[in-house]
Amino acid sequence: MKNYIQQLNKAFENRIRLGIMSILMVNDRVEFSALKEMLDITDGNLASHISALEKLEYIEVQKQFIGKKPNTTYLVTRVGKKAFNEHLDALEKLLKQRD
Amino acid sequence: MEEQKEHLQALSDIRSMMERSSRFISLSGLSGVFAGIFALIGAYLAYVRIGSYSDRYAIMTRLDVTETIIYLFLVAAGVLVASLIVGVLLTMRNSKKRGIKTWDNTAKRLLINLIIPLGTGGLFCLMLIYHGYIEMVGPATLIFYGLALLNASKYTLNDIRYLGICEIVLGLLSSFYTGYGLLFWASGFGILHIVYGSVMYFKYERD
Repeated sequence: MKNYIQQLNKAFENRIRLGIMSILMVNDRVEFSALKEMLDITDGNLASHISALEKLEYIEVQKQFIGKKPNTTYLVTRVGKKAFNEHLDALEKLLKQRD
Repeated sequence: MEEQKEHLQALSDIRSMMERSSRFISLSGLSGVFAGIFALIGAYLAYVRIGSYSDRYAIMTRLDVTETIIYLFLVAAGVLVASLIVGVLLTMRNSKKRGIKTWDNTAKRLLINLIIPLGTGGLFCLMLIYHGYIEMVGPATLIFYGLALLNASKYTLNDIRYLGICEIVLGLLSSFYTGYGLLFWASGFGILHIVYGSVMYFKYERD
């Protein structure tokens, strides 16, 4: 049992980080404003969680200009996908075990 | 025990985030019912015209054919516009009730994936009319509409997928039994919409 708990990824313990990853897993790329709206949190809060995930190289930031407006989009990296799937597997196994 | 609750909560959070961010879920079932009713009215108007023609005139003059086509075209356009307006209004009301924006990325994606096959079908039907294959227009609208729904179902409530398959089957059947075109058309756009709209309404909207 302990084994599975260890497989849970500490990075995804926070609900907002979990939310960011869930959204990025099923979308090619998502803008900052869209993330903010879906998670219903402040700019600063979202930025700090994004930079935490970025440091782990789970997500990638792409900055572009559309006309003169800066446009920042986020996407999940291959490492991030793998980590998230492993986290999900661990969650599932934990729940199955206790049924 | 507490921990398990936490894990379950995490899983349901993930699920809802994935759904909400990738699928357009405010689609109103009631708008399907209205679209169905409009289609039945349209089919009746078409029947009055075509039915009376085949009874009274065995041979139509060229002018009558053109006039009838224009009449049918206007009826079809009326059904489409009325359905779209009611659909958009009810869907906006629905998303307001759920506290989410109507026009977001999921709505855009749904629309693009619906419009590509639907627009192709529309143009193809115009070509059919142009070349005089009038009896194939009804089946073609059903088939392309079905394919459009099938394609769009990936970006909205999954139930749409089965509606799409039913429309395709009806379209193929009606392309074989060409004499019953209007009957198939009324079933596909009228009855199926009403049935599906009601199912979706009771499944998702009544609370």
